[in-house]
Amino acid sequence: MDDPRRLTLWLCLLTAPALGCGKGSHTAYAADSKNPLKGTSTLLVAVEEGPNSLDIQGVGTNRPSYGASWNVYDRLITFGKKTRPDGQVMYDYEKPEPELAERWEIDPGKSITFFLRKDATFHDGTPVTAQDVKWSFDRAVTIGGFPTFQMKAGSLEKPAQFEVVDDHTFRVKLVRNDKFTLPDLGVPVPAIYNSKLAKSHATPTDPWAQTWLKNNAAASGGYKVDKFEPGVQLQLRRFENWKSGPVPQLERVILRVVPSAATRRAMLERGDVDVLFDLPPRDVSELAAKGTFKVQGVPVENFMWFIDMNVKKPPFDKLEVRQAIAAAIPYDQIYGSACYGRGVPLYGGPSKTATTAEWPQPYPYKTDLAKAKQLLAAAGLSKGFSTTLYYNLGLSTWSEPIALMLQQNLRKLNIDVTLEKIPAANWRGEMGKKSMPFLINDMGGWLNYPDYFFFWNYHSQNAVFNTMSYQNPDMDKAIDAARFAESPELYASAVKTFITKAFDDTPRIPLFQSNVDVAMKPNIHGYQYWFHRQVDFRQLYKTVSAP
Amino acid sequence: MTMQLLSKRLVPALISLIGVLIVSFVLTRALPGDPAAYLAGPAATADAVAEVRKSLGLDRNVFEQFVVYVKQITRGELGDSWATGQPVLSELVNRLPASIELTALGLILALIVALPLGIIAALRPNSPIDHTARVVSTLGVSLPTFFTGLLLVYIFYYQLDWLPAPMGRLAPFTDAPEKITGFYTVDSLLTGDFYLFLEALRFLILPAFTLGMFALAPIARMTRASMLGVLSSDYVRTARANRLPAWKVLIVYALRNALLPIVTMLGMVFSFLLGANVLVEKVFSWPGVGSFALEALMISDYAAVQGFVLSMGLIYVLLNLSIDIAYGYIDPRVQVES
Amino acid sequence: MKTMTALYRHGRYVLSNNSLAAVGVLALFVLVTLAVIGPSLVPFDPIETFVGPTLQPPSSAHWFGTDQVGRDIFSRVIVAARLDLTIAVFAVVLSFLAGTAVGCVSGYFGGWFDRISGRVVDSMMAFPLFVLAMGVVAAMGNSVSSVVCATALVNAPFYVRLARAEVAQRRTAEYVDAAILAGNGSIRVISNHLLPNILPTLSVQMSLNLGWAVLNAAGLSFIGLGVRPPAAEWGIMVAEGAQYVVSGHWWACFFPGIALMFCVLCFNFMGDGVRDLLDPRQRT
Repeated sequence: MDDPRRLTLWLCLLTAPALGCGKGSHTAYAADSKNPLKGTSTLLVAVEEGPNSLDIQGVGTNRPSYGASWNVYDRLITFGKKTRPDGQVMYDYEKPEPELAERWEIDPGKSITFFLRKDATFHDGTPVTAQDVKWSFDRAVTIGGFPTFQMKAGSLEKPAQFEVVDDHTFRVKLVRNDKFTLPDLGVPVPAIYNSKLAKSHATPTDPWAQTWLKNNAAASGGYKVDKFEPGVQLQLRRFENWKSGPVPQLERVILRVVPSAATRRAMLERGDVDVLFDLPPRDVSELAAKGTFKVQGVPVENFMWFIDMNVKKPPFDKLEVRQAIAAAIPYDQIYGSACYGRGVPLYGGPSKTATTAEWPQPYPYKTDLAKAKQLLAAAGLSKGFSTTLYYNLGLSTWSEPIALMLQQNLRKLNIDVTLEKIPAANWRGEMGKKSMPFLINDMGGWLNYPDYFFFWNYHSQNAVFNTMSYQNPDMDKAIDAARFAESPELYASAVKTFITKAFDDTPRIPLFQSNVDVAMKPNIHGYQYWFHRQVDFRQLYKTVSAP
Repeated sequence: MTMQLLSKRLVPALISLIGVLIVSFVLTRALPGDPAAYLAGPAATADAVAEVRKSLGLDRNVFEQFVVYVKQITRGELGDSWATGQPVLSELVNRLPASIELTALGLILALIVALPLGIIAALRPNSPIDHTARVVSTLGVSLPTFFTGLLLVYIFYYQLDWLPAPMGRLAPFTDAPEKITGFYTVDSLLTGDFYLFLEALRFLILPAFTLGMFALAPIARMTRASMLGVLSSDYVRTARANRLPAWKVLIVYALRNALLPIVTMLGMVFSFLLGANVLVEKVFSWPGVGSFALEALMISDYAAVQGFVLSMGLIYVLLNLSIDIAYGYIDPRVQVES
Repeated sequence: MKTMTALYRHGRYVLSNNSLAAVGVLALFVLVTLAVIGPSLVPFDPIETFVGPTLQPPSSAHWFGTDQVGRDIFSRVIVAARLDLTIAVFAVVLSFLAGTAVGCVSGYFGGWFDRISGRVVDSMMAFPLFVLAMGVVAAMGNSVSSVVCATALVNAPFYVRLARAEVAQRRTAEYVDAAILAGNGSIRVISNHLLPNILPTLSVQMSLNLGWAVLNAAGLSFIGLGVRPPAAEWGIMVAEGAQYVVSGHWWACFFPGIALMFCVLCFNFMGDGVRDLLDPRQRT
């Protein structure tokens, strides 16, 4: 099967310079006669779950939709890149870079003024103006739900904060000095919508055109949407007039939904697909061992898999019970069988108090069944108790082994655990209800700061991610102190305080920090890790595959 | 004939349909899950959720909700699936051809095997063929559909590599043919794309075969029983006594009369298969109404489940109605009796 | 005593002519024995994870191999027999009791009760029954009892119709008139006089239903409704093993699937035998 392709490849190589295909040293590779889609200009991706909406500010938008929005819409800023010690490239959250805004001026504590590119246009050719930015930001803070919460995390709260100075100058007025404000403008949520186009599809009951924007893009980003069939596929085409960055090298991207992980893996191994980024860790470690494919894995920043206990639901309201559970978890087994070594363990920390402000860091819990028994007895529960452990069915490749192992170990303490799987579509709803006493979950913060993570998870504002229903004024004080710390020393000390508090109160037991693992054909380059865990297609390119 | 017959059959059919409506409504209201919380979004407050609940009409009592639902149905709206945001009717219409194509091919395959098997078994009762027929039909009914599917995938995809992986109707990066009927085989032939036709067929074979195996047993059994009954009848005996050629006796006289109960039973088998579809569609990632119903059920998507159940009920009722009418034409006695 | 010997002799005669049924009965006996004493004889704890390396093919240590969390498949398959058989038997008995009661009353009294129950049954049978079962389990929550109820519910209409037809047919029989004249109340007439006569037909239905009940329960578990992990049940084991078939790990779903098929086959062959025994007229 390889030989006729190889011949055509060489022929193409010889003629490519004449045809002027590819940029620089990148040359075209012949389209496969069986599959006319194969070639350097098209990227084929298979995913377990596809985007369910093109509107990141919409209701019930899933994670894959963040990836769609990222590639199709522009934001004011983006982030630069850095290289990790292991050689992998990732985004650099400390280096905001221009995207739609070509530069900006910060007036500390008062405002940030963005100067937009004058030549940027939307996909339909109309120029991008500051009015569009204002409409988009007003929408984000008014629409409610997750987008509004996200904007709030950067102190972006009211439409009054957003001012159009002129067609290409946009000002954000600050209500307080918040170090999250600028980076918060680079996350997927404050995308810039073509307000005229969107408004033409608005109705009196739907002033923000949510219905239309769910299935249609009104964007100016590096890729246009060719075809969107929720649950089936997303087809993107390069926007030739993209001005907010270098025009993407891949002309087309086709993202297909293939629910079976084994099938996706088989597709990669047979050469039917280029990139996979949501394979189970077992498959990734096997592919990495084989060496025929490029496998890259970066531990997700500000992220952990954990066991939560709802401190308002007995018997988890007793500290000893929570500590007993923390001592009863088979950490090593879980890390090995859920992660296959692709991640960072977050248990077995060296000391009972946080000695650094590194985040995430291992908590000082380890498996000690004898100690667990003692603690339970101290709580008066040596006879054990019954409870239900909840987990997200959509992530069952991870959570089910964890659940089974946990159940087994707890049985040794006479704790009878019933497993309850919640379908992915209902998981966020269940979380919001705060009725689950005991659950397995994962959570990652987009802005890589421990206070950001704690703000969403441990703060008494009781956001949906605070599934432990943990409310402690001392903890709030420490989190707020860190968030608005005046100096790095004060910041580090506040961080250490709240981390130690989390160690002590034990409402949540971290397990590990898993990777975003990407497996791709060796001729795909340019991939870098992003905080949203999706692939930035604008940065990828293909070369001729090595014979 | 037709008007009288039609009205006689139509009335009970309509009543059944109303019953289906009620049962499906009751069932879906009993489902767990809260669509309001889901739609309100992950960071919504209790007020926001209440707002959404009101807009979905879930705050009114059960009877009022039912009235609203019936009004919607009569207008032809089946509501929106709250998971995808698309109207249930369009989702069903989009997905129905996939299920029907699969079920039809499965039924055809089953008929091709079961009819001859049943006929031969009837012609030679208690012979090895007869016993084989019995064993094959019992096997067909005993095999769990989902297991058969997996076994076939293992043999024909993993080991032999003759047929593709269970990933739907076509390979992920192949575009579907232009939509005329929605049946990929038919559409690709209509647009002249023979390669696509073969591809569509390749993906269809395993799931259709799995489904067909299930239908084998009842069809074979009924054919055998019906043929046995017919072969011992007076008119066949007369035909044989009159030295008519064996094939003529078989096809013209015996089979035609034996077909009647088989045709009636086919209706039941078809509706049965529509149910077994759920399992086969799950194994083969087939984007049909079965997998739609399953996903909707798992997440308590009320409108989608109701829409599915209602449309399935409708199809079954219409199918039986048409079979009854067809029966009326095939068997003149039916007209005389009524 | 005499009737018992006569039945036994007749049974032996039928079984000797119908070898398949004999095989079915024998195999069933083995199955029931496994269900009863199996769990105490298995080499490993069926729900203990990591008793061996994950996804290992059959070997001398693990006869049926291990699954994705390292559980011994052989132990699980044996132990699952108990759960599946229990579900099937309970479901069939439940649907028999409920369905027959409704059917008898409909057939005996007729009138509005008969018409309404007839309509309800027709409505139920207009559904793809499996979807109805799915709906019931989804509504009642994942548990063994909801699977039993759902299976019983979708099977009940057959009993209702059968019982109703049989009772309606016999209602005008002389012995029924005699019983009524002798002063028996309606309930007594139904239970003491009619029921024993229709029991053979219903028993045939029950034995044929058992196989279907097992398939139904396994089907529900396969799609994720009903039995919860880590319970060992054939359907859920096939579901868990299904995702590994495409990558060639066939044993995880093969053995529970074969066990399931074997069980259903036994029930069906036995059902054929029971039918031949009690109601030879129905033989096809």
